[in-house]
Amino acid sequence: MTTVINLPPSLDERTFETVLEHLAPIPIDEKVLLDGRHTRWASPYGLTALLTIAQTRAEKPALVSPESEETGSYWARTGFFRHAEELFEMHGSTHRARSSGESDVLLEITPVAKSEDVHEVVGRIQQKSASILVKELNIDAKATMGFAMTLSEACQNIVEHAGRGGWVAVQTYRWQKRLGRRVVVIAVCDAGVGFRQSLESAQGRRMSDRWDDGMALEEAVIRGVSRFRDPGRGQGLAGVRRYIGRWDGKLSVRSGTARIAIVPSWDEDVPLEEKLPPFPGAQMQITIPERITDR
Amino acid sequence: MINHIDLSTVLRRTVCDLYSDLVTRPTGAAVRDGIEKQLSELGDRSLTVIDFSHVGLLDYSCADEIVAKLLMRYAEASAPRDAYFLFRGVSDSHLDAIETVLERHGLAIVAQAEDGTVVLVGTVDDPERRAWEAMLRMGRAMAGDLAREAEIAPEQVDRVIGALCRRRLAMELDGGYVVVGAVT
Repeated sequence: MTTVINLPPSLDERTFETVLEHLAPIPIDEKVLLDGRHTRWASPYGLTALLTIAQTRAEKPALVSPESEETGSYWARTGFFRHAEELFEMHGSTHRARSSGESDVLLEITPVAKSEDVHEVVGRIQQKSASILVKELNIDAKATMGFAMTLSEACQNIVEHAGRGGWVAVQTYRWQKRLGRRVVVIAVCDAGVGFRQSLESAQGRRMSDRWDDGMALEEAVIRGVSRFRDPGRGQGLAGVRRYIGRWDGKLSVRSGTARIAIVPSWDEDVPLEEKLPPFPGAQMQITIPERITDR
Repeated sequence: MINHIDLSTVLRRTVCDLYSDLVTRPTGAAVRDGIEKQLSELGDRSLTVIDFSHVGLLDYSCADEIVAKLLMRYAEASAPRDAYFLFRGVSDSHLDAIETVLERHGLAIVAQAEDGTVVLVGTVDDPERRAWEAMLRMGRAMAGDLAREAEIAPEQVDRVIGALCRRRLAMELDGGYVVVGAVT
């Protein structure tokens, strides 16, 4: 039996939860078909999380690509179909990449599994991002290095903790509805062991009665706790937090059944959500908004 | 003896000859290993310039593996040799990562600016900073003179000097004390 799950018209971090809600009760060895025919837009998070879903399924899932030429063209520009063809049984229209002025793919969807992949990602983002961050997002030229550092640390989370490969993508676009400004968004998703299991693997670690995915996220993201006993560990996510604080950005991390967020004043998200539909691994989104300068 | 280590050369030799960024822990650990191999070929006592001039990006993980772990190893009583370090070619973005890891471990380094001036970076308490700055002004300083110049109680000056030397920020030279970097 194949269960059909319709992808929402706008596939982002929030709406992706509806996909997971539908997916949760379906055994992993049962066939699912993700129907994206009516999807008009997808964030880097939406696309990388879709690939991650495929990694969690024992039975290869099917995916119907968007009907919209414009949407399909954008998905093609992100490199999505190249990876999706390996992970999904593909149906629907075949799309080719066409250029567009409204969104810029700073980093195509890139697999991350080992240290060398992080070098590759960091090298590519520095070449491409510097002028866009400065000219379009009014971010200080000095901050572009910090941006690459943030990306590096976010990707290393997969290499160091996930236990299997994941995906990263970076894109800028105008976030008209919520912010009315351009943003640059990093999405890093994996289907690995997740924060709770990673911290549980720490030697001699004692768990409290309340130990769950939410608490594991608080420990790792807010308090910089790591499964390694080395006192130098845990600085990566702390560095990411510092960078988003400096540039009024937003960080959200989902793992298992919980999601934690560092919420800036321009957003109305909640700091911690629990009892979400389960999703293996960790999914991180970092959003840096265009700076408003006094003219 | 003053030794010079260009980190970009170590990176290319030990990890990959196409890389110019110091990112990821495995990369940092490999580069630190390369540095230690070079140190092992030097005498029992050495001053090494760690040069970041040709390094692109330095992330927190790599800064922790290279800078913090190197300092911690040579600040221990069981250190393999009496090695001191001067950090050169450190850009603002490198500094961001380095300062963060130094604060995390309560460490400090001596960094040399382009004009040759040296500064302390990291965690240093007030008496240590006063003593280090006085030592820098004086060139080679004796303990008693340093106590007067830095306005440190005579009974405390040995402890402060001992801490600076143990933390690799100053070194004993010909019966007196000099800041690391003053003798290059």
